[in-house]
Amino acid sequence: MKVVIIGNGIAGITTARNIRKQSDHEILVISAESDHFFSRTALMYIYMGHMKYEHTKPYEDWFWEKNRISLKNAYITDIEFENKTLHTAENEQITYDKLVICTGSVPKTFGWPGEDLKGVQGLYSKQDVELMEENTANIKQAVIIGGGLIGIEMAEMLHSRGIEVNFLIREKYYWNSILPLEEAQLVNRHINEHHIKLLINTELEEIISDDDNRVKAIKTKDGKVIDCQFVGLTTGVTPNIKFLKDSVLETDRGVLVNEFLETNIPDVYSLGDCAQFRNPKEKHPPIEQLWYTGKMQGEALAKTICGTKTNYNRGIWFNSAKFLDIEYQTYGLMFNKPSEDENTFYWEHPNGKICFRANFAKSDGSLRGFNFFGMRFKQTVADTWIRNENNISNCITHLNQGFFDAEFSANHHKKILEHFNETYPSYKVELPKKKKFLIF
Amino acid sequence: MKIIQKIGLAIFLICFSIFLLTLGAGKYQLTEATFKASVTDSTHQALLMPNLKEMVGKEYSSNINFIADYNKGFDKTNQKFKDNEEWDKVIYTDYSLPIIKNSSIGFVKDNQMLLFYICFIISALGGAIYMIADLFIQPVAGIKNNNIFKSGITNRGIIAILFSVFLVAFYLFLYKAPTYLSNWILLVDPLSISLTGGEASHWFLYGFLYSLIMLTMGIRVYVKYRHNNYEILRNTSVIFFQLAFAFMIPNILTTLQLPSMDLKNMWPLDYSFFFDYRLDSLLSAGMLGYWMLGWGIFLFVVGVPVMVYFFGKRWYCSWVCGCGGLAETFGDPFRQLSDKSLKAWKYERVIVHSVLVFAVVMTIAVLYNYITGADTILGVSTYAIRETYAFAIGFVFAGAIGTGFYPIMGNRVWCRFGCPLAAYLGIVQRFKSRFRITTNGGQCISCGNCSTYCEMGIDVRAYAQKGENIIRASCVGCGVCAAVCPRGVLKLENLEEEGRFDIYTRPEDK
Repeated sequence: MKVVIIGNGIAGITTARNIRKQSDHEILVISAESDHFFSRTALMYIYMGHMKYEHTKPYEDWFWEKNRISLKNAYITDIEFENKTLHTAENEQITYDKLVICTGSVPKTFGWPGEDLKGVQGLYSKQDVELMEENTANIKQAVIIGGGLIGIEMAEMLHSRGIEVNFLIREKYYWNSILPLEEAQLVNRHINEHHIKLLINTELEEIISDDDNRVKAIKTKDGKVIDCQFVGLTTGVTPNIKFLKDSVLETDRGVLVNEFLETNIPDVYSLGDCAQFRNPKEKHPPIEQLWYTGKMQGEALAKTICGTKTNYNRGIWFNSAKFLDIEYQTYGLMFNKPSEDENTFYWEHPNGKICFRANFAKSDGSLRGFNFFGMRFKQTVADTWIRNENNISNCITHLNQGFFDAEFSANHHKKILEHFNETYPSYKVELPKKKKFLIF
Repeated sequence: MKIIQKIGLAIFLICFSIFLLTLGAGKYQLTEATFKASVTDSTHQALLMPNLKEMVGKEYSSNINFIADYNKGFDKTNQKFKDNEEWDKVIYTDYSLPIIKNSSIGFVKDNQMLLFYICFIISALGGAIYMIADLFIQPVAGIKNNNIFKSGITNRGIIAILFSVFLVAFYLFLYKAPTYLSNWILLVDPLSISLTGGEASHWFLYGFLYSLIMLTMGIRVYVKYRHNNYEILRNTSVIFFQLAFAFMIPNILTTLQLPSMDLKNMWPLDYSFFFDYRLDSLLSAGMLGYWMLGWGIFLFVVGVPVMVYFFGKRWYCSWVCGCGGLAETFGDPFRQLSDKSLKAWKYERVIVHSVLVFAVVMTIAVLYNYITGADTILGVSTYAIRETYAFAIGFVFAGAIGTGFYPIMGNRVWCRFGCPLAAYLGIVQRFKSRFRITTNGGQCISCGNCSTYCEMGIDVRAYAQKGENIIRASCVGCGVCAAVCPRGVLKLENLEEEGRFDIYTRPEDK
């Protein structure tokens, strides 16, 4: 059987590797972006000079041949589903028995005047970073539109080159659509600390061109004009499925799939950034654009393709990010406001850079989720506690079991616990009894 | 602040240039008095003097000519005895260094203290200004590896190659022709006299430079990793062991006319520990000598297995060891240059374990020789084995390549490919230790920062992305992979042995 995978991102490559582990199917991975799999999450580090492109490849180049995974650098323009044939931009035809579509995303834009000018771009692909390198050579000022995860990455990238950054966000606080107020404020402060200019409650009106069709400034909705030689559009990404429109494959924003990642056409699957679930789980988004979910979906799909039909199960939600110097880990479903049936507990270190949040059920105190900023925590501990609906007082008592900061780091357990008792006196949490050690 | 940083760099570069120029500056004149002060053996005086007669009173403006003339006279003296096969008369003592030092006149000799301050103290201060300015240029603590791969010095540019050539050349002269470095040695004479009562040797210069560089580049580590207590403590530890154990204590012991010893250096890294002259010196020094011998043996017999079991090999390699200390301070800007390929790992395993075997065999031969008095083992001269080891491993591998290739192959070339002690510590770490780098569940995003910044060339990501703990013989536990990880995936820790090799499985897949 010949499995053809379009897209060599984490979703496609995880699928390919796991099919190989379980079978002898012929595997072909096609990508127009790069010859080999690389880590998209590391693109920012190439620009900042932390790494070279070579370092972002998780497998050495000999790996693919050794594991009999064929790679092809080609752009697919058209798919004949009835004949199971792909057409490349070079008019080559490729046949398949099973097809996996994981073409990722493209930056989303909103039809702003001037969004096609030179010096205006989004950030998603390897080519985008190369373009950004070109667009930001010898410039002084930049503007970033949209306060999400890519926006802050771009801000950090430009800031590392000493480029003045104006960071436009629609809300009052950074990423407040996801982060609770206190956490969003914490990140706001950190952005300001880096002298990245955060323009809150600000939206883009238009991008202004110079005589060479290059950006020279932007105008905000409230009429403010900001000079800049670069505009980063980071208002989200959208599935990269333009080439599939007007085909028999059912699509909406993404390729529509069920929980087995099957599309409406037999033997055609889709996953990763470009797939859209027909019936997403409650409180889960229909499109999951995360490294982690791409990986888990690939593992599930490989099993299905190799004969063990397996549904994609997200498990206990988790995610992570880094906002400039502050690391962020979240476990369980944590929204910007707790659900109506939840209590929330928040602790912040006096330095304003470290914080902790726990949400738990009002009724019985069972744990719903955690947010950690500037603090590392073990996934296995958080996962088990949330899964088992562990009582919050028990969690706070044993928080130490999950701390994952480097050795000799400050331990905030006592402070968190004291603050918890002040906030929720009815729980009366105590520090765990210290085990007595007898030396000799 | 950027201007201040540039001023710091300029001060350093000017001082460093003066330091380099010092080598060729100064004049030399041999007199009867300096000759007698240098050649202490009166028989040798009588033998050598006739052949050096022409040099006496002549002013040399170049040390190269001076050394050439001296060598000519010296060889002439010996040649006669060799031709006549009068082997007992041949002079084996190398007087060239004391002679050239004592014959120094002119600029360098007259400005010894001034040049000492310029070359070492002010240059170090310039370096310190450069490093400390970063506190203000990057006022927010955090990992800032910006532009490392865009700068020539840290990405194998021309300047890195030149620097490497300079370092290799320095080691060549230090080991093989220290006479040419006499002007530098002259500069540290006052310090040596105040510390040990004696004039400086080239090894004193080396020890002093080593400590100074570690101290100055240690400042950089404090600034760079100031948000990370593990790195701060580790850095403090290596600097302390260098200054106290490698530099001060041996010099104090020398002053007290006791056997000098770096008490933290350990066989088989300290490959000459069982050489006859060292055993003789310890065995003739009474209780202290016996204690030192016992301590040296205790370290590698008991210290290594016990400490590695509880803490991993990091307790030595990145907390105590001098080679490791230099690598972690002076070498930190080059850590990303190590080769992460599987091929490099294969070479590493073969080479480093071969060196360990070589060290053990060499030591057995030397001890056999010492105990039985026979000077061959299985027909091979033990002296030849020992000299081969000292040259190939002690000099070429550990010195010239180990440190000289920092800017080309990264800062742990010696520790990774050559150090027999690292090989021994590594075997214990791999098979019987509580140490591991724990991977945090399925959190890895495969970005590759950990692998890139692993000085030992471990492909950390390969483990992390599988949810596997990192347990590798070579890991020195520097902690940088965990520090540069943007997602909090890695943690160095000592836990119970059980389950250290377990791979993370999602609860959904169990």
